[in-house]
Amino acid sequence: MSHEAVLHGHDSHGHDDHGHHDTFLSKYVFSMDHKMIAKQFLITGMVWAVLGGLMSVLFRLQLGYPEASFPWLESILGKWAKGGQITPEAYYALVTTHGTVLVFFVLTAGLSGTFSNFLIPLQIGARDMASPFMNMLSYWFFFTASVIMLASMFVETGPFSGGWTAYPPLSALGDASPGSKTGMDLWITSMGLFVVSSLLGGLNYIATILNMRTKGMSMTRLPLTIWAFFFTAVLGVLSFPVLLSGVILLIFDRNFGTSFYLSDIFVNGVGALSNEGGSAILYQHLFWFLGHPEVYIILLPAMGMVSEIMSVNSRKPIFGYMAMLGSMFAIAALAFLVWAHHMFVTGLNPFLGSIFVLLTLLIAVPSAIKVFNWLTTLWRGNIRFTPAMLFAIGFVSLFISGGLTGIWLGNAALDIHLHDTYFVIAHFHIVMGVASMFGMFAGVYHWFPKMYGRYMNNSIAYIHFWVTMAGAYMIFWPMHYEGLAGMPRRYFDYSIWESFKQFAELNRFISIVAMIVFATQLLFLINFFYSIFKGRKVTTTNPWSANTLEWTTPINPGHGNWPGEIPEVHRWAYDYGKDGQDFITQTTPVGADESHSH
Amino acid sequence: MSLYLSIAIIALIFAVIFQIAKASEYVSILKGEEASRKQSNKINGYLMIVFLVLGFVGVYVCNEHLYGKTLLAQGASSVQGERVDQMLWITLIITGIVFVITQILLFVFAYKYQESDNRKAFFFAHSTKLELIWTAIPAITLTVLVIFGLRNWFFFTGEPPKNAMVVEVTGKQFGWIFRYPGHDGIFGKKYYKNIDPATNSVGIIWDDKYAQDDILTEQTMYVVKGQPVKLIIGSRDVVHDVGMPHFRLKMDAVPGIPTTMWFTPKYTTKEMREKTGNPNFTYEISCDQMCGNGHYSMKGVIEVVDQEEYDLWLAKQKPQYYTAFPDKDPAAKTAVVADSTATAKK
Repeated sequence: MSHEAVLHGHDSHGHDDHGHHDTFLSKYVFSMDHKMIAKQFLITGMVWAVLGGLMSVLFRLQLGYPEASFPWLESILGKWAKGGQITPEAYYALVTTHGTVLVFFVLTAGLSGTFSNFLIPLQIGARDMASPFMNMLSYWFFFTASVIMLASMFVETGPFSGGWTAYPPLSALGDASPGSKTGMDLWITSMGLFVVSSLLGGLNYIATILNMRTKGMSMTRLPLTIWAFFFTAVLGVLSFPVLLSGVILLIFDRNFGTSFYLSDIFVNGVGALSNEGGSAILYQHLFWFLGHPEVYIILLPAMGMVSEIMSVNSRKPIFGYMAMLGSMFAIAALAFLVWAHHMFVTGLNPFLGSIFVLLTLLIAVPSAIKVFNWLTTLWRGNIRFTPAMLFAIGFVSLFISGGLTGIWLGNAALDIHLHDTYFVIAHFHIVMGVASMFGMFAGVYHWFPKMYGRYMNNSIAYIHFWVTMAGAYMIFWPMHYEGLAGMPRRYFDYSIWESFKQFAELNRFISIVAMIVFATQLLFLINFFYSIFKGRKVTTTNPWSANTLEWTTPINPGHGNWPGEIPEVHRWAYDYGKDGQDFITQTTPVGADESHSH
Repeated sequence: MSLYLSIAIIALIFAVIFQIAKASEYVSILKGEEASRKQSNKINGYLMIVFLVLGFVGVYVCNEHLYGKTLLAQGASSVQGERVDQMLWITLIITGIVFVITQILLFVFAYKYQESDNRKAFFFAHSTKLELIWTAIPAITLTVLVIFGLRNWFFFTGEPPKNAMVVEVTGKQFGWIFRYPGHDGIFGKKYYKNIDPATNSVGIIWDDKYAQDDILTEQTMYVVKGQPVKLIIGSRDVVHDVGMPHFRLKMDAVPGIPTTMWFTPKYTTKEMREKTGNPNFTYEISCDQMCGNGHYSMKGVIEVVDQEEYDLWLAKQKPQYYTAFPDKDPAAKTAVVADSTATAKK
């Protein structure tokens, strides 16, 4: 393939796309340029974010106005909104798809897929990924998974509606829930392809980071973004296969009469099933063995980018590089040892539970180190509030707020009360959902000039940030109180509950804020797409005065990134404000009289 | 109509914001980009402090409005619940302090160290001492929380006292079935293939000698104030969860794998009605695990009564065996009285 021929032609002779001609198809569709693939991930992720967000608006409409009827809903959703009110079937389908899509398609593929792809070669000094072809496949598997998930919304019996965790027996028995019929088959197929996509991507990221760093770029000179992507990829490669095996067993239970997860079941209207000896809890172990690392697969890239953006815009080195690295390693390692904290109330052996309490709360230590290091990075800095920086600060604020409630939920004796209530919804939306989304926004605003050679509009970005920041807290903060009243999640309607109907007014308030915040995200989208074509042009190669290698490439780098030789690296990425100099790029050789640093 | 109107209004607002934003970009080019960048930097710096202050005001207002609606304000209704609440308070205080300090530091630093021509950023790459401090302090605090937590956890999940009454709870789509062991105090064996929704909803094996006095009820469980209750929890179809917010406990109901949970109720339903001032107060069992389209309506009720009332209630219950086999019911022949209670029960 001509691409590879050029790519592996490497350093000595320059690279300017001379060897081959890009057609529309090879440049924009079946591209093997990591930068284009990153954009494909980003834009597909954005499409899903809009769809997933729209779903949340629809189900918030039901929660906020359980008695109202909206005739226009029926004209959009048809039988799923008979009489202008969303049916429970549709409500649960929306909740489930919202969760699946946001967790996997937006915050995994859209976040890690975009920025790992975009930044790894650019920041380590490589012309492309270790295998550009695999990289392309990774996107197309994701795309196919997306199409199948989308298709599942149009089947007669509806998309899967048993919650994004897809616990059997509910997910295994079409007779227990209509969504578990064809919708679930498509859900499993989609997830299977998605796992393949993330494995292809992850292996590629790991191989690239380990093997293709430019001269002088030792592992401890890597920017923290790259370390974050590295740990993310390792987590993904080790945990996604477990999910795959879990859902394959589920396929067997669904279609071939096995009893991995099924035992002693009598379904209303059908009768007793013949399955005996299976364990529904087994699935939960397999699921959460991915499911918990998945949380860090979502969080770590955001943490890495926030570290980088904070350092650049405080004009200071990131505080405690090695401690940041160590805490990321600790988080990644502990991620594999805490999965059963999602299962404290499944009847888990109490001793086993106590071990998981200990390991879970241990994660708070590296998390605290990270927070304090970010705070110290700001301390005595000279802070530029670029939109990216605002979102990075927002990330830290949300990570603190959501992280602290993790200490409540990780303690089994409290989880036994708060499990599956709105307290959990508040916790994970703040710490994982919104915080990572903020990381993603920060990344987009920061690297947009590198992606498209133009700037996004700052005024719109500021409005976007402040409304989203205030809105996120207004939506999720009060949910803690609902959780402390024991209000369960995934309820279609609370009006029959003496204990929970008192929150009707609050639910309406939350729904209204959610709609405003959703509308504000459209502002971001307009800004994004408008700026691709009409944004202010970037006139300098290093608009943020940053040290990392991506800013040594031309304003619009071609396939291969550097027209000449790949630059050599002489120092770490964080020499900001050193020896009275604003910044010293990684490519600057260490001066003779320079003070000793990293 | 109103939909189109609101869409039009939103589109209009967007257009206005967009035009202003574009205009401000041109203005900044005229004014000099550096100058306008510094100006918006200042504005954002002030907004950091504004956000911090308004944020804390918001937290206060939110608490004023909502604290009364949480169960913390009401107090727990079981011995276990009181321990949970105590732990909630300890955790709330510790995390609350950390929350306030770190958020203040974050926004104050952001405000105070905003870009200024008079200051150069301080090159401060690391400090082992500081890092050790903020490794050690969280580690110690968390150890305290873990110790508290695990003591309670082992109490909650440990064996109930010997005098505990035992009730079997079975979840199904979408309701709860309760079984009492009857006079012999022992449950008859059951097998799921024996389930008959009309007469034998949990699949009791009638040949078992302990089975014939078992009592089945649906939706409402009666327990005695002050007496520990051990629940043996199972499910007929998918995973459910026995959620009892007022007692601060919950446990999954898993088909094929029985789970247990015990609690000691402290107030009767009547006492709680007085205590909360809500004449409709009910101890509700909420299903806390997604179980299908009727999940939100899977409600059970716990009636906490005193011993006397419980005995009266129990005396009125007819063993399920006689519902399944009416011809064997000794009371059926003495007709009138028994019949009327049976219909009343339905």
